[in-house]
Amino acid sequence: MNQALNWIGQALLYGSFAVALGVFSRWPIYHPVPDNMAQIKVSFAHHGARVAACRPYTAEEQAKMPPNMRKAEKCERERSPVSIEVDIDGKTVLAHTSPPSGLSRDGASTLYRRLNVAAGQHQIAVRFKDNQKAEAFTSKLEETVTLAPAQVLVIDFSADKGGIVLQ
Amino acid sequence: MSLPGSALPAEGSTVSQPPLPRLASAYRALEHGFDAAFGAHANPLKHLGALGYMLLWLLVASGSILYIVLDTSAAGAYRSIASLADFPWMLGTALRGLHRYGADAFVVVMGMHILREWMLGRYRHWRRAIWWTGVPLVGLAFVSAVGGFWLNWDRLGQYSVVATAEWLDTLPFLGAPLARNFLGDISLSDRLFTLFIFIHIGMPLLMVFGLWFHTQRISLAKVFPPRPLAWGTFITLLLLALVLPIQSQGPADLRSAPTALALDWWLLFIHPLVDATSATTVWVLLILTFGLLALLPLWPGRAREEVAVVYPEHCSGCSRCFDDCPYSAISMVPHTNGKPGMRLALVNSDLCASCGICAGACPSSTPFRSAEQLVTGIDMPQWPINDLRAQLIQSLQAMPGPVRYVVFGCAQGTHSKLQAPDVLHFKLVCAGALPPSFIEYALRHGADGVLVNGCREGGCEYRLGQRWTAERLSGEREPYLRRSVPQNRWHIAWTDAGDERALAAALDTLRQRSQTGAPPVSEESH
Repeated sequence: MNQALNWIGQALLYGSFAVALGVFSRWPIYHPVPDNMAQIKVSFAHHGARVAACRPYTAEEQAKMPPNMRKAEKCERERSPVSIEVDIDGKTVLAHTSPPSGLSRDGASTLYRRLNVAAGQHQIAVRFKDNQKAEAFTSKLEETVTLAPAQVLVIDFSADKGGIVLQ
Repeated sequence: MSLPGSALPAEGSTVSQPPLPRLASAYRALEHGFDAAFGAHANPLKHLGALGYMLLWLLVASGSILYIVLDTSAAGAYRSIASLADFPWMLGTALRGLHRYGADAFVVVMGMHILREWMLGRYRHWRRAIWWTGVPLVGLAFVSAVGGFWLNWDRLGQYSVVATAEWLDTLPFLGAPLARNFLGDISLSDRLFTLFIFIHIGMPLLMVFGLWFHTQRISLAKVFPPRPLAWGTFITLLLLALVLPIQSQGPADLRSAPTALALDWWLLFIHPLVDATSATTVWVLLILTFGLLALLPLWPGRAREEVAVVYPEHCSGCSRCFDDCPYSAISMVPHTNGKPGMRLALVNSDLCASCGICAGACPSSTPFRSAEQLVTGIDMPQWPINDLRAQLIQSLQAMPGPVRYVVFGCAQGTHSKLQAPDVLHFKLVCAGALPPSFIEYALRHGADGVLVNGCREGGCEYRLGQRWTAERLSGEREPYLRRSVPQNRWHIAWTDAGDERALAAALDTLRQRSQTGAPPVSEESH
């Protein structure tokens, strides 16, 4: 009798363990994106303009350099921060300036932001500036997009592709 | 009968000092419930570390086979994993389920292992290094587990990898956002996929390395559970894998976000936690959790007991203490007397748990030695064997009689003493600290019966005290109890706190047997 009870007890405990593992390995269902919502990911990795323009080395500077290291132009390494503004349906939802990376501030400026928006048609305006000395934005884009539920729209900047890219 | 002197630890003092004694008692009660179902020998709550090891090996084995069928390219991974469902006799389904549910079971067992050791206060003093080396393993286990979901490259893997990248991107020192690797309309590069594989396989390799550090300070570490428990766990996981098969949730598509996921909450809970709070909040929680785990052993507690001391002139170099020490605190070195080949025990005070098991193992601890001052080869300075012998003699002589019973009990198990005029109850720091010859010695000096009492099987505060005591008394391990000692005059009872009635019943059994002359049927265990 005791032996039978032990077996039943073991079966119940093993079963409870299995149920706990099985249930919480799939339930409750998780909804990372609410119904009828889409995502806009604003991201770029872009080198801003040089803070100081390149200039020719003077003869005196050239003379100080070893012959094998002489160059025609001297270029400061520091880059300009990069700014971006995003309007959705006329409302500014993102205005951000990314500093250049690196200890010498000579690396790319980067950004990654995820925005949840309602699915449907939206008027999107993007303004981009990679030279803080410039008064106006260096690149602009306005477009009307229709986002399906759960769709991911990426706003990127690619000089190769002509500037601001919506994909 | 109360006992004077210093041969015994303070009344009711458990060494580990649980942080919440009531919680520890409740946990012990739960363990006793499991003892009833599984038997103390195969109680899963007493083999959590060994179960964790077994599950890790199961993951390594099932993962190795899965790696053979896995297409290690981003484009082909999903298809290759999904094709497991087409294997005959559900072999692929079973394999995949064993790997996933094995991982779930591993983190559950790991969490319970940490919780148990914390509740029972087993993280201070000589256990400090063992505890600390376990803390990073928790992080490695979760990193590996989460990385495993990415290899499938389905919607769940997509969600997990993007959520992880976004979470890591909140760290200030990363140059470029990791999440840029997973922007829509970009197919994942095979090179990045190789990194996923490295994370999922590399972390367990580091874990195995870390586990060596975790267990190398204990001797005879249990790295595999008792066979019934191992089979029970394996069959449970296998049945679960077949009844609730693990299925992919559609191929990853970075152009859209998953909207409904059957999330594995055991392993991926961190992502919803970030969604519900913030990345910074979860980083702070994580730092606090690991910080708390790391600092726990430094929390003020009871001062450490004095460690074992070796008396070279009485140490024969037999290495029984070396064999029996549960924490590898003893090493054998050349003897100071210079005799060729003769060795001497050396105690590493950092590792010594002050359990006295070494003194119980020492052949020089026999109380039959004629020396007025009994000095043994290795002893506990605060509870010397000499004091135990002296108190035994004095107390037996002081007892009115006509019958006298001696109980050699363990201070870590049943806390209260048996109160009766015919009972002399010694509380040793561990039952393993009792040299078996003391049973015969007590009988020869007026005791009518001797009851040896230690913790329940698998519940020894010092890991091996109960086991060594049982083996010494049954003649399987030196020092033996001599076979000439009448079996009806001594008895064993394995009891924990809360088993006081069982201990009293064991004493009654001894009374009956010693008076009738009948040998005991078996030792009593509760």
